[in-house]
Amino acid sequence: MIVDILFYITALVAIISGILVITGKSPVTSALSLVLNFFCIAFIYLMLEAQFLAIIQVIVYAGAIMVLFLFVIMLLNLQDDQTLFEKFDLKKGFAVLLTALFLLEILYILPAGTNSSAGVSFPELGTVEAIGKYLFSEYLYPFEMISVVLLAAVVGAVVVAKKKVD
Amino acid sequence: MKLELLGHLILTVAIFGSLFLFVAYAVYFERKVAAKMQNRVGPDRVGWYGLLQPFADILKLLLKEEIIATQATKFVHTLAPAISVIMAFITFAMIPIAEGFYIADINIGMLYMMAVTSIGVYGVTLAGWSSNSKYSLLGSMRASAQMISYELSMGLAVVGVILITQSISVVSIVESQTENILYWNIIRQPLGFLIFWIASFAEANRLPFDLPESEQELVGGFHTEYSSMRFALFFFAEYTHLIVASSILTTVYLGGYQIPFQSFLFPGLDGWWLVSAQILTFILKMCLFVFLFMWVRWTLPRFKYNHLMELGWKYLLPLGLLNVVLTAGWLLIYDGF
Repeated sequence: MIVDILFYITALVAIISGILVITGKSPVTSALSLVLNFFCIAFIYLMLEAQFLAIIQVIVYAGAIMVLFLFVIMLLNLQDDQTLFEKFDLKKGFAVLLTALFLLEILYILPAGTNSSAGVSFPELGTVEAIGKYLFSEYLYPFEMISVVLLAAVVGAVVVAKKKVD
Repeated sequence: MKLELLGHLILTVAIFGSLFLFVAYAVYFERKVAAKMQNRVGPDRVGWYGLLQPFADILKLLLKEEIIATQATKFVHTLAPAISVIMAFITFAMIPIAEGFYIADINIGMLYMMAVTSIGVYGVTLAGWSSNSKYSLLGSMRASAQMISYELSMGLAVVGVILITQSISVVSIVESQTENILYWNIIRQPLGFLIFWIASFAEANRLPFDLPESEQELVGGFHTEYSSMRFALFFFAEYTHLIVASSILTTVYLGGYQIPFQSFLFPGLDGWWLVSAQILTFILKMCLFVFLFMWVRWTLPRFKYNHLMELGWKYLLPLGLLNVVLTAGWLLIYDGF
């Protein structure tokens, strides 16, 4: 019962903060709303007894990525919000198309969300030990693949930065 | 069940209450240490040997007029000091101060610590941005860059301890060190301890890494535009960080509440006497680190910014990686699988 109430409150806050991200006047407001959103999601993970996932959500998204985002926003110091709105071009048209597709996908799977088995928690899967065991046995191949992708991203960042320095 | 809850509530209030008191007296202690090192007397007017000075300071800051810059973003400006203080305080929740005396033992304890520390960066960053002042912004830029950089080395240093303990829970980390003094992680993980210790100077924004608030360049750094109680909150957060960093160092590397040579010195100790002795041991170990932090502050000059970044990324991070590899290799040889 109390878990249900907590869930609805968290979900409501998550949705409101999500809307604030795209409607916020200043980029910093948007970024802060996104942080709040990440916290809500971490809380929902926690209610599903996935503590490891929850804490990683906070460390990686709220703690590292969003701090860097804020950092960049502050460095650019976008004073008037006009700079955010740019002209419509092919790239943005493509973005709109992708977003529309994603929306359709969500609408498609939405009926499945009312299925009662969707919100069941697996406490034995939420711990660090369990996740570690699965990552290094059953899902070793995808796990290693992701690390290669990350490595590629790191190398890419170095290459881009090096061009600027040279 | 009800009684258990009440007991837990009392314990929580007691722990946070004494943390509050310790933080207040850390300020007094700092001023006294600084005075001794500079051949001065230090605060000695309010109360016996100036012991009531912290309360006089708090009262003064509370009664001061609050000034908020007109161009500041008010909501964020108010939020920032609160984030700083709360994040500094709640880290203490997972530190055991005696056997069975802790607010929470979660199985992701060390990760929780890292998460709370990384959220604490927001307090400083937002304070600088919302003040709408160049000095504040520069200070908070430096602070967040520095904290992000040193968090990595800190995390890597902790990995060594986690590998040895085979658990992320803070209580298990302490319990794994209780055998005798040779099991303390400072002996088993000397390199990790050194990295963690240096990184905690940067995380607590203390000299020699106090660039975010270097007075000669940035007036007061990120809290330049803060006054009255909100300034006090930042001040409070800084000293809470000091106490919490010392407590974490004690817990992770110095055996926590464990009394050295206990079976040899006090063999018959048990019950509440044992608990009191353990709490006292914990406080003494913590105070040792607090003193070391202060000693360094009043002895060493400030780093240059490029040197700070060089130390973090070019020395501490590779050393942290080396520590992880060495620990893992040692465990592999020593324990087999």
